[in-house]
Amino acid sequence: MTIQALSRDEARGLSRLADPEIIGLLALLLFVCIVFGAASGKFLSATTFTSIAFQLPELGLLTLAMLMPIISGGFNLAITFTANLSGLAMAAVLHAFGGVDAGPLAILLGIVAALATGSAVGWLMGAIIATTGAHPILVSLSMMIFVRGLGEFLTRGGDISGTPDAVQAIGQGTVLGVPAPMIVFAGAVLLWYVVMSRTRLGFATRMIGSNLEATRYSGLPTRRSLTMIYTLSGFMCGLAGIVMLARFNSVRVGHGEAYVLITVLACFLGGVDPFGGFGRVLPVAIALVILQVIASGLNLLGANQHLATALWGGFLLLIMVVRSIWASRFLQHMFGKR
Amino acid sequence: MRSLGIGATERWLIVVMLLMGVGLSLFTSTFLTLPNLFDLLNASSVNIIFGVGLLVVLIAGGIDISFAVAASVVQYLTALTLGWIGGGDWALGLILAGGFGAALGCFNAFWIYQFRIVSIVVTIATYNLFFGLLMFFSSGVSLYDLPDWLTTRIAIVSVETANGRADLTILVVAMIACVAATWLLLRRTSTGRQLYAMGDNMEGARRIGVSLGAMHYLAFGWLGLMAGIAGLMQAHYAQEVVPNALYGRELDVLAAVVLGGARLGGGRGSILGVLLGIILVAMTQNGLNLLGISPYAFKMIVGVIILVAITLSSEGVGKLIGSWRGAPMRQRTAQ
Repeated sequence: MTIQALSRDEARGLSRLADPEIIGLLALLLFVCIVFGAASGKFLSATTFTSIAFQLPELGLLTLAMLMPIISGGFNLAITFTANLSGLAMAAVLHAFGGVDAGPLAILLGIVAALATGSAVGWLMGAIIATTGAHPILVSLSMMIFVRGLGEFLTRGGDISGTPDAVQAIGQGTVLGVPAPMIVFAGAVLLWYVVMSRTRLGFATRMIGSNLEATRYSGLPTRRSLTMIYTLSGFMCGLAGIVMLARFNSVRVGHGEAYVLITVLACFLGGVDPFGGFGRVLPVAIALVILQVIASGLNLLGANQHLATALWGGFLLLIMVVRSIWASRFLQHMFGKR
Repeated sequence: MRSLGIGATERWLIVVMLLMGVGLSLFTSTFLTLPNLFDLLNASSVNIIFGVGLLVVLIAGGIDISFAVAASVVQYLTALTLGWIGGGDWALGLILAGGFGAALGCFNAFWIYQFRIVSIVVTIATYNLFFGLLMFFSSGVSLYDLPDWLTTRIAIVSVETANGRADLTILVVAMIACVAATWLLLRRTSTGRQLYAMGDNMEGARRIGVSLGAMHYLAFGWLGLMAGIAGLMQAHYAQEVVPNALYGRELDVLAAVVLGGARLGGGRGSILGVLLGIILVAMTQNGLNLLGISPYAFKMIVGVIILVAITLSSEGVGKLIGSWRGAPMRQRTAQ
């Protein structure tokens, strides 16, 4: 165990020096672009990349929501439904203030409602995990069942549509040629980067992911940190809910259900340790771009939707196998024997 | 009580179930009738078969969310194979379904054991792999042309009551057989003890000579076997094979099994707990239905029940209660 921990630290030190992780991911991104460019003449065009820029943020925000719990050694299976519920809260506020004609104050109130809903769901989850020590997979799973049930109960399985133009601008508009959701996403990445690398909470998150008990004994407030981690995760789900509402001009419980797989995929492609403790925001953001390029490429090539689902599953296995082989090679190299 | 396998969780579940049963009998006229109770049992059988399979994996320290989708794959493969060889019978059907299921379970175990990948990640991947391939190759088309033996209802116990006929079907027999087999595996073989040991402390189990590889293949293969059988039984119950019929079932089963006291992280869980957990959830839904509550509220209420159960049954709260009770209790737990 100590040897393993040591080697992980060494690996981190090395990667900081040359950062082969980011270089490797950028190379992979380039490779993927070239492959799809060769496969389809239409791929390497401004239209493709604009549509990628519009689609990426949704997935990206949800991935950020998944990232912090995974680094803390947990999981948040409820992300998509929390986002749905938050979108629902915002749509409800907008509808209460006149639907399509809702004023700026109502929109602001709606955004606050969405973020508050997401944070509240996250807080509850975090509080249960922190105070009871129950497994995060379990707590987030039952939270997911509850939130989905609540959403379905409130909407009776239907959807709420119709938002003011100003809200749609968040999802569909551009600012100086940059898609508005991309700006939201960039802001969120920056926020997460600062939280993870510049704050006590970020440090506590990594330490909790490495060893919860040891962290508690060294005097870090693990309960408060865990609650905060899941609250922030819920907050990010709220943001994702707003972007989803704005992009589709409607909200339905169950939208984006399949994203859970891809968010996990993005985290692990981005070098996050599946056992927790290690992971950085920037590589994950690059991994996201790679995945979105692949998704759009497959779409452009007219791949069957179900075949694409199977491919994502196979791709996740492939990444994990490569990581596992790389890790064991690395250990052999470091210590001569395993 | 201990010797019967009735621990604290099981005791709580029994109390809640009894209270709920009494309440429902008082407030509805249909709950405490033989047809309703037999239907409840028939309808829960498939989930219980899934549940005991999943219990083995949870005890061994893993988790699997691909089993329900795997069962759909098995249904499809079995129905196609049976059609191809022209008929078959229950024995052949069970062998085929069990074999396909165990193979898919071992597929999971392969990645988890050989490459040391966390089981939730592997099964999220295989969940999508299985489901995507199934939907792609089946084009989402359902199979209705099943052999006669599979679609004929077989009642084992049939009682005429004032409220209509009450049947216990072959589903219940299959469920009892699976429960008994799993009980034997977990409680009456040294292999079962090794599964508990591995789930409790993998490194410790390895050092006393437990073959981790064999245990991984056994646990996931067993769940696959059970999922295959459950898939066949579900096809019998529904009298058709719909590719996405079991989609999402894994979460219901997982939640109910955990409600029954199995611990994510391994080493703890009992068959009785699984039975109680699944029947309690089924009873809740049945009761809500009879009380005329909107079906849209079911999931929400079940979610709340499970959240509350986790909160109450967790170690943290247990410790808290232990400290309220005073020092002697703490000493005992320390030992």
